[in-house]
Amino acid sequence: MNWLLDYVRPKLSVAKTDKDVPDNLWDKCPQCEAMVYGQELAKNLYVCPHCGYHLYLRPRKRLKMLFDNAEYTYLETPVVKEDPLQFKDTKDYRSKLKSAREKTKFDEAFVAAYGQMGGRGVVVGVMNFNFIGGSMGVGVGEGIVKAAEFAIEHNMPLILVTASGGARMQEGILSLMQMARTTLAIKLLKDKHLPYIVVLTNPTTGGVSASFAMLGDITIAEPDALIAFAGARVIKETIKADLPAGFQRAEYLKKHGMVDMIISRKELRDKLICLMNLLTNTFVKGE
Amino acid sequence: MADKIMYLDFEEPIYKLDNKIQELKACCDDKLAKDFNKEIADLERKTQKLLAETYSNLTPWQKVCVARHAERPHSIDYINALVDNFMPIAGDKNFGDDEAIIGGLGFFRGQSVMIIAQEKGSDLESRLRHGFGMPKPEGYRKAKRLMDLANRFNIPIIALIDTAGAFPGIEGEERGQAEAIASCIMEGFLLNVPYISLVIGEGGSGGAIALATANRILMLEHSIYSVISPEGCASILWRDGTEVKKAANALKLTAQDLYHFGIVDEIISEPFGGAHRFKDEIIKRAGDVLWKHLQELLKLAPEELNKDRETKFLAISRLNK
Repeated sequence: MNWLLDYVRPKLSVAKTDKDVPDNLWDKCPQCEAMVYGQELAKNLYVCPHCGYHLYLRPRKRLKMLFDNAEYTYLETPVVKEDPLQFKDTKDYRSKLKSAREKTKFDEAFVAAYGQMGGRGVVVGVMNFNFIGGSMGVGVGEGIVKAAEFAIEHNMPLILVTASGGARMQEGILSLMQMARTTLAIKLLKDKHLPYIVVLTNPTTGGVSASFAMLGDITIAEPDALIAFAGARVIKETIKADLPAGFQRAEYLKKHGMVDMIISRKELRDKLICLMNLLTNTFVKGE
Repeated sequence: MADKIMYLDFEEPIYKLDNKIQELKACCDDKLAKDFNKEIADLERKTQKLLAETYSNLTPWQKVCVARHAERPHSIDYINALVDNFMPIAGDKNFGDDEAIIGGLGFFRGQSVMIIAQEKGSDLESRLRHGFGMPKPEGYRKAKRLMDLANRFNIPIIALIDTAGAFPGIEGEERGQAEAIASCIMEGFLLNVPYISLVIGEGGSGGAIALATANRILMLEHSIYSVISPEGCASILWRDGTEVKKAANALKLTAQDLYHFGIVDEIISEPFGGAHRFKDEIIKRAGDVLWKHLQELLKLAPEELNKDRETKFLAISRLNK
């Protein structure tokens, strides 16, 4: 025994903060490479004040930005079977899940909350790209099903904000089945004539784009967001040629008739409220 | 058994035996040579035994190879053998006709059915014509249109699935591949008619599930159904596209795995040696199983059929409480 090795580590839990960028730091815009003061970036909803580039907005900030007075209540994360395939590649999937949970402080790549938007009860679901690339496995699929069921039960519109690399490969065929299950959830919502609005953010690809993300009553995209079915790399390898400028970007999709409108983050909340009012024939006098 | 078949890598011992049998048979044709009938019979017994051993112990990767075998019966073979008065229907009424998906009406044992089937083609010319079985948006929009048509006339739908995946390319993206697949999945949930999907070879990801939100999902014994190809999975997760065997194991993509997960309702067994050695037999078996499920579903009322699909898919991957 050695007192130097045998001491008990003091149990100090690190204070969890909700800050993406420390107040005193400068951040570099990935597009124009301008240096932006962290606080300024946060105040600007993570949109570069110089070039308008939309940086990734984390789920908590997204929810705060959308709900009235930044007030909302999380829906409980549904319990699903963890690692149903007992998948292992160069490292095992369970450890990937564990580190994603530690990194993001969320249980899964999807979180849903309800609250008021423009004085109306709304369910908002947000995908978390920082959680294994926002990939859709059983947990995400079930989360979306539950969010739709909650919206139906409480007669509320559903808004889903997407950001995903596609299916969660490590859950194999069960992740593919979530394309069907999430689509079914949207079908049940549509049966009740409840508005379903999708906000496609950078990036939304693969099995997510080929299911619930493309089935909105209204489909909104954030400027310049990558929205695709097949990855650009796969296509490039297949055709062995360069891809057109702006390929698979929000503006390209709008031009080809695949998204209804492109709305910048600053206007998003107001426009969503307006759309819900229009879809439900609720006239609100302009302020 | 077919005279000349393409042997897969792991079938080398079978290939050698078959070759020896052919040689001996050639000798028998030569009137001067002695009679090898006994030897031939012995070797044929040996081959049968070896085929049985090999095909009852296929690894997931071997199943992938069998599922993709060029001589495995394709959708066209099933349609020709099982469907009378087949009337193909072309086009999505919007952009074009994609022959990666063949659709049309026909009689299956006297019952009018809508066939929606993925076809890979069997030689260079037909492979090109069928886009190598990788449907484009217009293919999925045709499928959706035909599902709706069948629904309005109360005609059951049989989908045959055999695709490496939806076409990945510029045109596909431009014309909304993602939306086309999503809408096709959705259409399956809107139907009030029996809808059966049978995976005859490869069930490649979103390209397959677009035609598989059905009341019954059936698979041939050595067919596969996966979220991603073993090659794609290996190159992403192992960063080495040659680790296909490991990826195939990990993905749990065999018919048996899917049955275990409660996704597949019935597996149609293949004779030892696989569907490509016994085309007529496997098509007959598939016909019998399809017919059985169709008869069961035809007993349900339209709303029950819709509800049955919802219940099935809501239960998949959900924890039993």
